[in-house]
Amino acid sequence: MKATGFHFERPHSGQPHSAREVAASRAQSPHTSMFLRMLLRAALLRRGRAASALLAMVVAAAVATVVLNLYVDVQAKLQREFRNYGANLILVGRDGASLPAGAVSRVESALGGRGLVAPFALVVARTSDGQPIVVAGTDFNRVRQLDRWWSVSNWPSARQQALIGVRAVSVVSPKNQPFDLSFQGHTIHLTSAGTVQTGAAEDSRVYLSLPDFVSWTAVQPSTIEVAAAGSPEEITAIMHQLEQAIPAADVRPVRQILEGEARVLGKTRSTLLAAAALIILTAALCVLSTLMGWVFDRRRDFAIMKTLGASDRLLNGFFAGEAAALGATGAVIGFVLGIGIAAWIGRVSFHAPVVPRFSVLPFVLAGSIVVTLLSAILPISLLQRVQPAVILRGE
Amino acid sequence: MFARLVYESFRRQKRRKLLAGAAITLGVTVATAMIAVATDIGDKINRELRTIGANLLVTPQEDRLDVEMGGVNLRPPSDGAFLDEADLPKIKGTFWHNNITGFAPMLPVNVALEREGKTENLTLLGTYFAKQVSLGKEEFTTGVRSIHPWWKVSGAWPDDSSRDVLFGERLATRLSAKPGDEVTLSGRPLHVSGVLSTGGGEDDQIVAPLALAQEILGKPGAVRRVYVSALAKPEDALARRDPKSMSGSVYDRWYCSPYPQSIAFQLQEAIPHSHAEQIRQVAQNEGAVLTRIEGLIFLVTLAALFASALAVSAAMATAIFERRSEVGLMKALGAGKLAVASVFFAEAALLALIGGLVGFAAGGWLAHQIGRSIFNSEITIPPVLLPVILAIAVMVTFAGSAAAIRNAVRLDPVFALRGEL
Repeated sequence: MKATGFHFERPHSGQPHSAREVAASRAQSPHTSMFLRMLLRAALLRRGRAASALLAMVVAAAVATVVLNLYVDVQAKLQREFRNYGANLILVGRDGASLPAGAVSRVESALGGRGLVAPFALVVARTSDGQPIVVAGTDFNRVRQLDRWWSVSNWPSARQQALIGVRAVSVVSPKNQPFDLSFQGHTIHLTSAGTVQTGAAEDSRVYLSLPDFVSWTAVQPSTIEVAAAGSPEEITAIMHQLEQAIPAADVRPVRQILEGEARVLGKTRSTLLAAAALIILTAALCVLSTLMGWVFDRRRDFAIMKTLGASDRLLNGFFAGEAAALGATGAVIGFVLGIGIAAWIGRVSFHAPVVPRFSVLPFVLAGSIVVTLLSAILPISLLQRVQPAVILRGE
Repeated sequence: MFARLVYESFRRQKRRKLLAGAAITLGVTVATAMIAVATDIGDKINRELRTIGANLLVTPQEDRLDVEMGGVNLRPPSDGAFLDEADLPKIKGTFWHNNITGFAPMLPVNVALEREGKTENLTLLGTYFAKQVSLGKEEFTTGVRSIHPWWKVSGAWPDDSSRDVLFGERLATRLSAKPGDEVTLSGRPLHVSGVLSTGGGEDDQIVAPLALAQEILGKPGAVRRVYVSALAKPEDALARRDPKSMSGSVYDRWYCSPYPQSIAFQLQEAIPHSHAEQIRQVAQNEGAVLTRIEGLIFLVTLAALFASALAVSAAMATAIFERRSEVGLMKALGAGKLAVASVFFAEAALLALIGGLVGFAAGGWLAHQIGRSIFNSEITIPPVLLPVILAIAVMVTFAGSAAAIRNAVRLDPVFALRGEL
């Protein structure tokens, strides 16, 4: 082992063999504390420069945390927005048959809270002057949650109240009077609770509550609309679970919604990823230039240590240790700050808190330390080529 | 002398100037690219949202009720009113023609399928697939292939002037029909060019060119409804107001904003005897999604601008800090604070302008690449942005240098020259 001057390297385990190693092992403990003291004093005595380097690190780590957090979170947030589009899966009885009794509760238990469900039963009935009209029975409380885009003047609350599509109003109840509908010889007497407008097929229908509908027509729901939450893989899994839960039904994905959602989500995530990469690159550059300046600025310390006999290894270790400590401190403070900012952004732009993703921390920490080490080692390797005397003379 | 000082500084300290210049260039590149992406993202996401389907529906004004259940029309199809196909190109002639990405007319008719001696009643839906439509001198292609991108065909799409039809997926399975089959529909021998899968009611139907459906119905030019896909602005309080109750200037503002309501209103004006309405499931939700994504990208852009401003400031501060002895020399030779500061500021301005120009070009290229690789379309930066970006670059560079320059000129030349702080 070739030792020059100071030697902080830990001796081999076991008995020391040479006198030099004995000396090194004796010297070890005061030197370790010396190392720490130098680190600490370097930070304290040059407070201004150290603080600006730390500040750059904190800000860079905070910005990186914010964008990474948003990137990880945006999928869940946007998926929730897309659930407002309503059903993405539809269960239909095979060959137009009704679904078995209790199908809704079976679907709900298969979903396990990961979505919304609404049953629909449809028949073609006739008005009192013999016009055909599509009448649907459903659960209004569920529809209100599932199909939020329905513009309803007043939801029915009592029995024998109907919700009338805006285009059907002139046919069944133009003066808002009570009206009769008949289906296979059975007649039901209804009052109008309000109108529904969607711009689609619902506008030409009459909606009743399911108990009214079943006692009038004896037709059970044939369709269950499901708005399942989750990623495309989770939705595929839910489809299989539903197929097993109700073998008598076809489970059809609403491709229009699923594909549109996947496209928009994918593009948004890619844009965010590109932005995050750019931002993190810029932040890293900022840290790099500040820290390199800081280290370069201390070339006289470096030269003095070298003159006093410090080895290259020691000097590398010293500056690298300093940089790593700065990087780690900056990363942790920046992470806490960044989580706070991300939560604020979540509230402002999604009206829901962004869950702090601690999975981001290791990346921020490792990235910070790598950048700080890099910015310490680059100037040091430059300085090592220069004679200490030249540096001390200020040239 | 002043010009020479600046010139020589650039000539002799190439490495240092290159480093600071690189930081400014990168900062401006990131800022330009993000500003370009942020200004264009609304339009890009809006176009992606159009893949969820048409957001406006045009129907005849005095239309009778649809009696449609599970994709089967239970009303005699000759009943009720129709729109005239000849009026449809006018959709592209409205004020919002640039916002209308496409339209597709629909005409459901009942047909009898004769097969192995049996007849079965089915619904045939006539529509445009990718039809060439002309309005005046303008030509454009529209139809379900562009506005219903989730419609998938195994086999070939029929040509709009052909006598080819598509069989819905479930119907094809039930009848074990496949592409290439010959079928007889209401006495007409037709060719099945493909099997259509939509995940909706069309899976149980036959889909054919509109002209064929009109011929079967015996009403040339008849269209039952038209789906229109338009780029709309998210709805706000003004959008929801009734145009009849508005005063002149408010009405103009409403009429000239691409709300779903105002586009529908103008479609109704363009097509005689029609009623246009937003499809709320699509129109209402896309506004919400669009607002969220735009807000998010806006915040990320702010973060990018902040990070690049910081990088530029840090680089400038470091560059000036390293030149303390130079400041000391200048001051020892009798330069005033103002003279020293102006040399540094002139250098900073020059660096910012060069870095800004290069960065603007690089940022434009980067935005173009992002647009191409993510959205398959162009993101271009308006050249108007160049002076703004340059001004910001100079301002940020000045702000970043200010503190370092102030410290440098305050320093006693004796200490600076001896290399002590």
